[in-house]
Amino acid sequence: MRDGVGLNASSRKRALQTTSLGLALFAFAFAGAMPGVPAAAATSTTKKAVKSTTKIKTTPKPKPTVGSSASPTTITTTKITTTKPAASPSAATVVAVTSPNLSGRKLVIYSGRAERLVDPIIKQFSLETGVDVSVRYADTSQLAATLLEEGDRTKADVFFSQDAGALGALVNEKRFATLPSATLNRVDPKYRADDGTWVGVSGRARVFVYDPRQITRPPSSINDLLDPKYRGKIGYVPTNASFQSFVTAMRVSIGDDASKTWLSAFKANRPVVYASNGAVVVAANNGEIAVGLVNHYYLYERIRADGADRVFVKNEYPEKGDLGGLVNVAGVGVLKEGADNPAAAAFVNFLLSKTAQTYFAETTYEYPLVPSVARHPSLPPVQTVEGPNIDLSKLDSLRETLALLRTVGML
Amino acid sequence: MSRIHYAPTRTGAPLALLVPAVAAAGIALIPLVYIVVRASEAGLDGVRREIVSTRTLHLLSRSLTLAVSVTLASAVIGTSCAFLVTRTDVRGRAVLAVAFAAPLAIPTYVAAYTWLAATGVSGFRGSFLVLTTCCYPYVYLPVRAAISGLDARQQEVARSLGVGALSTLWRVTLPQLRSAIGSGSLLVALYVLSDFGAVSLMRHDVFTTSIFLSYQGSFDRTPAAILGCLLVSVTGLLVWTEARVRREGVDRSAKGAASRAPKIKLGRWSLPGWVFAGSVVGLSLGVPMVTLASWLADSPANPVSFDSLRSTVWSTIGVSMLGAVFTISLAIPVAVLVSRYRSRLARGIEAASYIGHALPGVVIALSLVFFGVRFATPIYQRLPLLIGGYGVLFLPLAVASVRSSLANAPIALDDVGRSLGVNPTAIVRRVLLPIAAPGVGAGAALAFLTCIKELPATLLLRPNGLETLATRLWTETSVADYGRAAPYAIAIVAVASVPTLLLTSLSFESMGSTRRPRRPRRRSSVW
Repeated sequence: MRDGVGLNASSRKRALQTTSLGLALFAFAFAGAMPGVPAAAATSTTKKAVKSTTKIKTTPKPKPTVGSSASPTTITTTKITTTKPAASPSAATVVAVTSPNLSGRKLVIYSGRAERLVDPIIKQFSLETGVDVSVRYADTSQLAATLLEEGDRTKADVFFSQDAGALGALVNEKRFATLPSATLNRVDPKYRADDGTWVGVSGRARVFVYDPRQITRPPSSINDLLDPKYRGKIGYVPTNASFQSFVTAMRVSIGDDASKTWLSAFKANRPVVYASNGAVVVAANNGEIAVGLVNHYYLYERIRADGADRVFVKNEYPEKGDLGGLVNVAGVGVLKEGADNPAAAAFVNFLLSKTAQTYFAETTYEYPLVPSVARHPSLPPVQTVEGPNIDLSKLDSLRETLALLRTVGML
Repeated sequence: MSRIHYAPTRTGAPLALLVPAVAAAGIALIPLVYIVVRASEAGLDGVRREIVSTRTLHLLSRSLTLAVSVTLASAVIGTSCAFLVTRTDVRGRAVLAVAFAAPLAIPTYVAAYTWLAATGVSGFRGSFLVLTTCCYPYVYLPVRAAISGLDARQQEVARSLGVGALSTLWRVTLPQLRSAIGSGSLLVALYVLSDFGAVSLMRHDVFTTSIFLSYQGSFDRTPAAILGCLLVSVTGLLVWTEARVRREGVDRSAKGAASRAPKIKLGRWSLPGWVFAGSVVGLSLGVPMVTLASWLADSPANPVSFDSLRSTVWSTIGVSMLGAVFTISLAIPVAVLVSRYRSRLARGIEAASYIGHALPGVVIALSLVFFGVRFATPIYQRLPLLIGGYGVLFLPLAVASVRSSLANAPIALDDVGRSLGVNPTAIVRRVLLPIAAPGVGAGAALAFLTCIKELPATLLLRPNGLETLATRLWTETSVADYGRAAPYAIAIVAVASVPTLLLTSLSFESMGSTRRPRRPRRRSSVW
């Protein structure tokens, strides 16, 4: 069909050619894309799904991970159709534990977390339960704005957010249903909403990424950053949600005035502004800056992309109790419209299952929030990197944080 | 010297034209309705507080500074490039003519990434550099078409009266190009005002930064909507100014065909000419392409599967084609109306069509979310709404293109048609559209090209699971993996260069090839 497009096009005039080419493709795209997923993308999804099974190590007999519903689970065999069955015979059939009331159900997830990081685990959920998952990936804050704009007309069942602040904004507008306590209790109360509307899935710690070629003793507290020796040598991202969460946490624990004092002094030390945490790590690795304020896992992303031999920077965690130490979470909430969809509860449970928590620990280097799952060996225990005791639900007072950042001239 | 007037009539437009034009304006107005609804939630006091804050005004002035400098630079570079390839004997004109337009194929966020990585330039300088090198073709293309439509005799007359070459250029030629330079510059200015991708990568805080921050910080759409209203007002002022300086029609020294100017022999100026051309091409194409190639070479073997790349290429082409067809079909009635029936309504419709270019993509996207989820539920998060979003975003590009090709078709043609008893609708179909065909083609190509590069609206409006090259690129760069991102960036540039080539060749056609006998009206300015 695609070849036909070019040949059918009338060659009388180029302008007309454009139009007829467009009309022919109109037909092509509608045939494929209208029912939701374009035909081309659908095939690639299937292939990816098959691939992802080889990537993720599953426990031989995954535990049933269905929500509070106590329906009997049965083991069914799901046959995966692949376009090239001969190429990967081992992956053609997968034994999956499903609950009969989940197979074939639809689940719509809005994910502010990067596709590269969470797609494999969502595919895994789909394979194990037979749920027909459809994911919308975009920036966390823009998805939150979309959800607020959609209101009760939303098609989303679940919101998987990169930070607690966006979840808090939806809680404020009463968009989330309450999660079952069995689900919530798997995670330390520190890392979930007080009212049970969302639960943390993985933890990310604020760190000082530093270049050991430039400084032998890295800073251990945010007060060290005020040292004149770091003048013009610190990178940070004032527009980044994680940095703003850190400032909010500081405001919540020491008040606005003291926070303003620190921020002004920090600003006076001429920190360099970057567009993203990833860019800060790159800049430190290139020696442009000596220290950067980022989340801990950006270092590992760099190592994965460039190889360990080309990454020189290291993470230094703020000393325990330091204002710079904050463990924020990526979390998930079920929208009121998804409350009666059992697949939504099952998905939240799955994210807290051993499989998913291990995946986050090993693949994204985040802290697993379910205590029984071990963190990645290269990370220090989460208790030693936590800052002041902060209620993450209170991190939604971002408006005040932004006002403060504007006052000191950072935004 | 006689001036042929192409002034639009004030007689009523036929309903068959008016209805689709009003419908197009209605679609284009959706974002404005949305931001006004959202902004009004704040009450007058809230609106005043948001606008009068020193931060807002400061950022607005930074945005305007950037827009003015990029627009001026683009106007100078674009016009110079057009002169070089149309009026001089510089070597390799045919290659340069295409190369000067090619930066259109590079998304500004990709250019910004590559400039950052290659040179570390940032802030105002970086934003200026990236936006100028990416935007000057918006001036280059219409000016090149307009130059080739000029009547050389006036310049000959001026020279024979003892006016120097430079003075002739300044006093005779440039004023005749005012309309082309103006409409191109307007598009550049609007692009710069609404761009977020390049400036945020360059760490240059401007007005759109505060719009994004208010989404990110407060998750509150109201402050963002108020700022959006302010941006629209600034745009309105620009559009109004441009309409005042615009002068349609062309000057002629005699009846019949325009005479063509001989090429200026550069002589010892060839080297500077080449240095200029080389640096424009080197900065706008060389830096991004070499950097992308080095990322690709640097990346681990086989970073992305060819299958997924190919399927994404096809879905991008399909979606962008639909976007282009829809955009141009909205644009044709608007362009015919504004060039033929100048009334208050027509002016209003034209102004409305510019809104999509005045606001950041994310605001357009959220307005369509707002509209779609309430009033168009069956197509919400489906292809038609995404295509509609493309229509809103790129309507001004297509309107400008069709309008400028219609501008040089004498209104007398319509009168002749009417005196022969042809009805107005048939005149549009049988007389105007054939004349405007290159403009329609160019407009469609331009819309196609910009759809390929579009990201923020595509992310929020696409059907679940639909991937375009731009969304894949976004996915790959979100985890800072340049090696995996490079193939998608290169694919965007490769796919987008097809409509860019089409654009330049459509412009060539209007420049008058030797294949067909020249007819007077074929001196149309294309694009």
